[in-house]
Amino acid sequence: MAEPVAHFPASPSKSAFPSLLGAGFLAVLAASLYTAQVDPRRLFEGDALANAARFLRGGFPPDLSAEFLSQMIRPAVETIQISVVGTLFAVLIGLPLGLLATSSLAWSGILHERRAAMGRWVLGFLPYAVARGLLSVFRSVPEYVWAFMFVRAVGLGPFPGVLAIGVAYGGMLGKVYSEILEGVNPRPLETLQAAGASKLGIVLYGLIPQALPSLVSYTLYRWECAIRASAILGLVGAGGLGQQIELSMRFFKFDEVVTLLGMLLCLVGAVDFVSGRLRARLTR
Amino acid sequence: MSVPGPTYELRELKKVFADGTVAVDGISLTVGPGEQIAVIGPSGAGKTTLFRLLNLTLRPTSGSLGIAGLDMAGLSDQALRRQRQRIGTIYQQHNLVGRLRVVHNVLAGNLGRWSTARALASLWRPRDSAAAWRALVQVGIPEKLYARTDELSGGQQQRVALARVLVQDPSIILADEPVSSVDPSLAMIIVTLLRDVAHESRKTLLMNLHSVDLALGYFLRIVGVRDGRIHFDLARDQVTEELLRGLYAGHRDDELQLERPPDGLNLLGRACRPLPGLAE
Repeated sequence: MAEPVAHFPASPSKSAFPSLLGAGFLAVLAASLYTAQVDPRRLFEGDALANAARFLRGGFPPDLSAEFLSQMIRPAVETIQISVVGTLFAVLIGLPLGLLATSSLAWSGILHERRAAMGRWVLGFLPYAVARGLLSVFRSVPEYVWAFMFVRAVGLGPFPGVLAIGVAYGGMLGKVYSEILEGVNPRPLETLQAAGASKLGIVLYGLIPQALPSLVSYTLYRWECAIRASAILGLVGAGGLGQQIELSMRFFKFDEVVTLLGMLLCLVGAVDFVSGRLRARLTR
Repeated sequence: MSVPGPTYELRELKKVFADGTVAVDGISLTVGPGEQIAVIGPSGAGKTTLFRLLNLTLRPTSGSLGIAGLDMAGLSDQALRRQRQRIGTIYQQHNLVGRLRVVHNVLAGNLGRWSTARALASLWRPRDSAAAWRALVQVGIPEKLYARTDELSGGQQQRVALARVLVQDPSIILADEPVSSVDPSLAMIIVTLLRDVAHESRKTLLMNLHSVDLALGYFLRIVGVRDGRIHFDLARDQVTEELLRGLYAGHRDDELQLERPPDGLNLLGRACRPLPGLAE
């Protein structure tokens, strides 16, 4: 069949796409630098440095009095609680929506080759599109704005912080979950389906077990982010260390602010450590 | 057991893929209950597509597919699941979930019967692990019941896939190149095991085989498929070397295999093993 190869085959002609992409990227970068008013000289103009120095002078030595520290234990614990419960909410929102938003489960690919086109679009694609849309809305509104709205709705305290992290991170988790699940080897899923398994049976015995390490890993990473986020959320009154930072800044007590930032640093470090250990154990 | 019609009744079954490939080009075939058939043919002949039509994974483009007298077109999702539950498929790749323990992969054969709640509970604490164990005894690796599946060798994993089909207890077994990725001695064991299992409980068995020798050595009815059509459908005694050459003509790789049969099996399987319990 195959003729003996007479010529060394030439490399297929290069596409112009990579160079166009590179040029486009450089143009966008230049435009962004300009419009974002990036100008290092402004760091050294006028009182910029003096103002920064005043803040630093006020911050040192930090307030390490037993009285202040003991008052701050509760907010610190609250920050951890907000991040844990918030991440739990995010999983409860993100997992079901993420499953609906998984195209290989909803409407395309080898699990759907038996379905008629109508069923595929109405029963599969529509819920998929709705779930994708919801996830986009949840994660494009910043958690800060969610917190602002929830504080108005349910009042000051940790609860609006939990809700804000739950919704915003639910959107991110759902999106990433769906991408992880779409990357799973579909052959075992086809096998389960061919044996009469339902959608949920396929999810439980094929999809989730294969994807578990990545799902757990990403969820733990989001928990680390939630600790940091809960500090920002505190600025709009959603509890935790962030709320204390906001109060201390309002009264120009920079020594307290530095102490609080130190506590936050320790919390973030501790969470990184714990989640790293968990990840190593769970993702074998 | 009274069955209202032939196990499979295919009429002019055709599958054209979206890219225009005609994989199955008008196949008509009748399979009786309890029959054991080997399907052979060159790679790309459409054998795998045919099997995916038979196990109700693919929707035929035209033609009809009946199972036990029931037309498979236009089934509801529920009815489709019930039908699929009665068909067990074994693939060339075992298609197991490596991170699950063997017991769960085997018990997954129950998913067509189990409710979601029961399926979930079983992941926590295996339900009916005795049945999984009995199936593993049958395939010869009971000691692996609680092992993690990806710690098993390829041959052992294929046995796990077999055990899953045993737990599923279908009335039809489709084996799509079940032994292409295992060594020859294990291949014979697996083919024999499948045939015995099918025979004992009067299951219908269709096996897609790359090796002509295995087909002729272990099956009474041989279906040759080429270019998406049936090239011949004969009792094995009527399969001649000429027919086989015609079946594989132009397919270099397959021809090579035909010319050099593995040791111990001659070209046309004349020295084949007795077929226990199969009345001719």
